[in-house]
Amino acid sequence: MALSQEARARLEPDAAQIIGRYPVSRSALLPLLHLMQAEEGYLTEDGLEFCAEQLGLTKAEVTAVASFYTMYKHHPVGDYHVGVCTNSLCGVMGGDAILADLEDHLGIGDDETTPDGKVSLEHLECNAACDYAPVVMVNWEFFDNQTPQSARNLVDGLRSGPEGISPTRGAPRLCTWKQASRILAGFPDDQAAGGNTAGEPSLAGLNVAEEQGWTPGDDPAGTGSSGPSGSGGSPRRAAAPRPTSGNGNGKTK
Amino acid sequence: MTTVLTPELTAFWDEPGSFTLAAYKRHGGYVALPKALAMQPDEVVQTMKDSVLRGRGGAGFPTGLKWGFIPKGGDKPHYLVVNADESEPGACKDMPTLLNNPQALIEGIVIASYAIDAHRAFIYVRGEVLHVIRRLHFAVAEAYEAGYLGTDILGSGFDLEVVVHSGAGAYICGEETALLDSLEGYRGQPRLKPPFPAVAGLYACPTVVNNVESIATVPYILSHGAGDFASYGTEKSKGFGIFSLSGHVTRPGQYEAPLGVTLRTLLDLAGGMRSGHRLKFWTPGGSSTPLFTDEHLDVPLDYESVAKAGSMLGTRSIQLFDETTCVVRVVLRWIKFYEHESCGKCTPCREGSWWVVQLLEQLERGEGSEADLDKLLDICGNITGRAFCALGDSIEAPVRSSIRYFKDEYLEHQRHGGCPFDPAASTLFAMESA
Repeated sequence: MALSQEARARLEPDAAQIIGRYPVSRSALLPLLHLMQAEEGYLTEDGLEFCAEQLGLTKAEVTAVASFYTMYKHHPVGDYHVGVCTNSLCGVMGGDAILADLEDHLGIGDDETTPDGKVSLEHLECNAACDYAPVVMVNWEFFDNQTPQSARNLVDGLRSGPEGISPTRGAPRLCTWKQASRILAGFPDDQAAGGNTAGEPSLAGLNVAEEQGWTPGDDPAGTGSSGPSGSGGSPRRAAAPRPTSGNGNGKTK
Repeated sequence: MTTVLTPELTAFWDEPGSFTLAAYKRHGGYVALPKALAMQPDEVVQTMKDSVLRGRGGAGFPTGLKWGFIPKGGDKPHYLVVNADESEPGACKDMPTLLNNPQALIEGIVIASYAIDAHRAFIYVRGEVLHVIRRLHFAVAEAYEAGYLGTDILGSGFDLEVVVHSGAGAYICGEETALLDSLEGYRGQPRLKPPFPAVAGLYACPTVVNNVESIATVPYILSHGAGDFASYGTEKSKGFGIFSLSGHVTRPGQYEAPLGVTLRTLLDLAGGMRSGHRLKFWTPGGSSTPLFTDEHLDVPLDYESVAKAGSMLGTRSIQLFDETTCVVRVVLRWIKFYEHESCGKCTPCREGSWWVVQLLEQLERGEGSEADLDKLLDICGNITGRAFCALGDSIEAPVRSSIRYFKDEYLEHQRHGGCPFDPAASTLFAMESA
């Protein structure tokens, strides 16, 4: 793919804005590479050249950096990049089975894309969501606690159109791979405020503490975290079972 | 009263909109900042030293001491860099913190920058977390809007610019000097120390690199006082922190507690291991910390006690595996991760990780022997301490500890002619498909 004159004219102000964030221009290289993926989906020869031009580097210098980082792709990627965590914990909890099942279901292997260009599949390393294992990411959004069946349904949905598919914890509207790359380049969309982001595991300790009346010490704003200021009456509160004991390892205040 | 858990950073994650500036302020946010700005920068550093907060990114270096290493005067600018590259297998505390309470980080950044005389701060966040990145941009924008960032913050004359910088998928960038190289636009490879970042960090200028949770804890310490914070925890491991439980546990998740809590207590609060199963092995602080077993349930989870018992507190990333899990499979997968993430700069790690993977694969297939276990330990012994950075040392931890506790399980693979475990039994959906 070649970068058109129109694309260059459009991308140069973006590049200038990125470079302007840093005291030393070369720091802009990683976001610029994300910007190239936002335009073309992967790093083309033109994309690498564009980054080199903006920063006064050689293309070899840019390529040396681009080849180091796994999020940069050197061949086309589908609209929806599906990553299955197969690090030890997610793998044991079902990630291995999910990946094998998706490869079979989609008829593609690791780091390959379906012929319709919709879905790419890749095994991932730990994505910092171990308490929601096994985890699948779509364009770097969290799809928690997956099973082979739920993952199949997910990719089928992505292939027939993303409408109605939302991450477990993430933006209500699923971005395409290119749109996601633009956010990584530092141009966020308008979805920051949306989406549910505290699932049951994120609140596990808080729920127990509230059950037990373990309120934080003195709260300077006098609001505390227990009592009705929380999302009172939510079913999860009732569902959280009481711990059988606490053996007093905590501090006495 | 006895409080086994101490939700502070996690205190209001259950409120809709907990990530907003308004919610943060309702819960005592931005009380610390004016207090800090009214102090001398040195006093802020001293307060942090008095709190004895130890870095929450795994190494446990005292945060106040780190800030104190920044030289006074000089004509070079100073920088604060927040390490939000959480990627250690098992670590999953910083990402929910940023999703649900990013303003605690932003307030901490302003205070820390003021203390070390930095006027630019960078948040280096791993790239594979799109919504976390949105939330960070949102939080930074809200803070600018409210006058907590930018010029003349709260009329103090102090200026600060904050940039959110997304990484691109490299575990090694969690190592502070590799992170700095990456932020400068290079391959993320660690630098030789000394010089330490406090002397020659970002752009060879004095730089503090701190973990998300360390910085997000700063406002609490400033608003409640160093003494209050230090009254939690144990004698040498002060304060509270987030313990992340994952794996075969009834209620996995984030449990914020004083350092020194035991796994027995945490596991009890989390409803125990999944029904009908028992604890086999666990990591106290992520995959690079030596394994513990059910013998270690009563080890106080503080730096000293965990070290004395033969492991490391690390990032308090507690991965729990029950008796259905093959330890060889788990260890092999972790080492494959290190093999893939080895940056290639130094030989012991680059080559050693491949050798260890080969041997472990052989053992998993049932083609290994007891002599291979000795060979593994010998190779590991030649990586640790000889690698350029801690990534290389991480290879030894799971290998040596798993051989120590489960030597016979390695040999059972040989007798069985392959893995004797049924991988389906250890999945989350084992119950529903049964």
